[in-house]
Amino acid sequence: MASLRVNGVDRSVALEPDRHLLYVLREELGLTGTKYGCGEGECGACTVLLDGAAARACQTRIGEAVGRSVTTIEGLASGEGLHPVQQAFIDAGAFQCGFCTPGMVVATAALLSRNPRPSDAEVRAALDGNLCRCGGYLRILDAVERASQRLGNPGGSTR
Amino acid sequence: MSAASKTIPFDLLPPGERPYFDRWGNGLVVVLPARRPGPSGWGAGGPPHGGAWVHVGEDGKARAFTGKVEVGQGTRTALCLIVAEELRLPLSSVELTMGDTDVCPWDMGTFGSRSMPDAAQHLRSTGAAARTVLVGLAATKLGVAPANVELEGGVARIRGSGTIASVGYGELVAGLRRLEFVAPDTRPTPPTEWTQAGHPARDVATRDIVTGAREYTSDLHLPGMLHGKLLFPPAYGSRLRRVDLARARAMPGVVAVHEGELVAVAAPTLLGAIAAVKAVRAEWEPTPQPSEAEVVDYLRQHPAEGEDFWDVIHHEAGDVAAARVDAPITLEGTYTTAYIAHAPLETHAVLASWDGDRLTVRIGTQTPFRAREAISDELGIPPAKVHVIVPPTGSGFGGKHAAELAVAAARLAKAAGAPVRIAFSREEEFTQAYFRPLALIDVRSAADRDGSLRSWEFHVLNAGSAAARTPYRVPNQKIDNQPTESPLAQASYRALAATANNFARESHIDELAAHVGADPVDYRLRQLADGRLAEVLRAVAKKVGWDPRPSSAGGRPDRRGRGIAVGLEKGGRVATFAEVHVGDDGHLELVRLVSGFECGAIVHPSNLRSQVEGGAVMALGGALYETIHFEGGRVLNPRFSEYRVPRFRDIPPIEVVLLDRPDLPSEGGGETPLIGVAPAIANAVFDAVGVRLRSLPLAPDGTVPLAPNG
Repeated sequence: MASLRVNGVDRSVALEPDRHLLYVLREELGLTGTKYGCGEGECGACTVLLDGAAARACQTRIGEAVGRSVTTIEGLASGEGLHPVQQAFIDAGAFQCGFCTPGMVVATAALLSRNPRPSDAEVRAALDGNLCRCGGYLRILDAVERASQRLGNPGGSTR
Repeated sequence: MSAASKTIPFDLLPPGERPYFDRWGNGLVVVLPARRPGPSGWGAGGPPHGGAWVHVGEDGKARAFTGKVEVGQGTRTALCLIVAEELRLPLSSVELTMGDTDVCPWDMGTFGSRSMPDAAQHLRSTGAAARTVLVGLAATKLGVAPANVELEGGVARIRGSGTIASVGYGELVAGLRRLEFVAPDTRPTPPTEWTQAGHPARDVATRDIVTGAREYTSDLHLPGMLHGKLLFPPAYGSRLRRVDLARARAMPGVVAVHEGELVAVAAPTLLGAIAAVKAVRAEWEPTPQPSEAEVVDYLRQHPAEGEDFWDVIHHEAGDVAAARVDAPITLEGTYTTAYIAHAPLETHAVLASWDGDRLTVRIGTQTPFRAREAISDELGIPPAKVHVIVPPTGSGFGGKHAAELAVAAARLAKAAGAPVRIAFSREEEFTQAYFRPLALIDVRSAADRDGSLRSWEFHVLNAGSAAARTPYRVPNQKIDNQPTESPLAQASYRALAATANNFARESHIDELAAHVGADPVDYRLRQLADGRLAEVLRAVAKKVGWDPRPSSAGGRPDRRGRGIAVGLEKGGRVATFAEVHVGDDGHLELVRLVSGFECGAIVHPSNLRSQVEGGAVMALGGALYETIHFEGGRVLNPRFSEYRVPRFRDIPPIEVVLLDRPDLPSEGGGETPLIGVAPAIANAVFDAVGVRLRSLPLAPDGTVPLAPNG
């Protein structure tokens, strides 16, 4: 058994090398907000934060995650409120079926934490590995812009 | 017998015997019974379908029920707005249950853009009828004539009295168990008088999407649940000859079933189920299948005959052969589209569980009632013993109609005595779902010297009849379609045949316009027989500042071109503008898309805009690069790394022009906006480089030829 720090809590998991973080999160820890979309790191539905950086949970072997801090969509906000990126997605109406949304939100949070005011090209490059089959890309770009402004003006109005 | 065993689905009981009030408490229930479909059109010859019911409870809230489902297309909020509008309630006081087969009206399925023209209209009538009853109750309570009662925000009061002498809906229905039917003379609120529907509104229930708390079928878990996997044939058309389940059954906790062609296993963990299905030994009898290179000839040589095909038209007017004789201009062209995959981000998923002799199936499906019937048939149990629930679903696009997975999960759950969940892997989704059919369309036209159409022959192979008819005035027409034996599983897809047929027609019309040196917008406007469609085209031309000139047969010096296409389908009218730039290396860049759309009275403007934008994005995947490669019945590119769908880098600026027509009935907006995209891009490529592309996808490797025959 090994210890995995998920959303600030130490969780004990079996250390079997062929298992991926996505499997452990969804099937063993019950954290189903992180989605399975492709299993080959091509769709971004399983995006989580590994020590604060975006990572594909379906491509992360459980051994690589041990001893590091994992943040999933369920742990993004602190307390009862929403993370500014989550609020921005609601404000922009940036979803249809919503299945890609957790991955998009986490990827956006990772981007804005290292680059608070990204250009349009930088946003597209950072999110290019995240698929939205409903085609909501333009609204997602709008949500990222709103989140960027919100984070740049804590407490201030976004528009 | 447990409570579940005694439950009878509402649609299988006469309205008067349904336990509305036992389930949701005292109050008022208004029912619009299912209707027997007419002799033609949707559901012709089928059972009565549709209808709606609404419960107004002592809490003052409304609970509405429809057989349609939400798989991400945004109809939940739109339908709630309709109910809120008719009942004069805030949106937050309306709850909508969709597609739950125990409590919702029977519905044939959520496809064909029918949620607005059917479900919304049914809920409108039902809500309006409920409002009439509430007015009557309030009139008695307030001691005035019904004409002197006004309803607003869930409160009834004497007209003009302000807040004095008001009474809430909860109080009006307190202690009642009143069941009413929608009267034939019920008058819903005209869209021109809407104050909620048709106006900006926030979508309902969105917080759980962004927090990850929303549970899709693939996220659901029940105590003791096992994971299921199916054994699939190695190639399309292969038949199971022999199977040996011994090795799989010897694995710890594994249950296996074999019924006809179904071979499936279940295990306590997903990894265990994957290992178990790999341990099954099977022999297959292959059926020879044509290769991708041979498929066009194959389809021409393999027409499918029989009465099974409802989606067939044979339309003739005038005499096309005579009209071609001596025509100054005759053109011919063959247009094709590839097999493409829906690739919903959530793969097919189902969770089956038994309570005694009653089965509950939670499934991401567009056809819950059809699924109930298929499960009932397959398992040989009455429909009343099957309960289908549609949890939040990670999109469908016409790809989630089949019930095989549900049947497999039900059989496994029965054998295991435990709930079983099955979810496709991405590879299974690509190989075991069905595809949008390959289309092969032969067009022959004849025109006068100024381009006026004389004759129009449009022969469709394999795709279907949607949007095959022409919206242009042509005296002599012959339009038909021929189903064929497909070498891959094929079925419904968002805007299915309409995309193919519209691509062929709008490309060919553009060829005619170029041939006579006419401006493509003016050429269309001169001959469009549909005034509403012409309005949409004019609106888009105005929006983009269309510069009237013929498209450039020799290409443009800067290889920057623009194209236009229109379409009329499922009651919606679309005009799409595309601007492209072709680079020195042939790289095709989409510079700008403008999508104009009109579908009658707009119910939920923000969601319609979202559907038009998202539809344009989805359509540009099929227009530019999506294609299923196959060989001998095997799919060769069953993963996102090999099957290219639109990504952020591919998305041009997309502008949406909505024309609201509150004087006209609301039609759907989920499909028709797609059908202008491919021809608009193809026409823009022609304008840019003088190359006419007649096959979708247009640029599978991202490039187009720089010159004709180049």
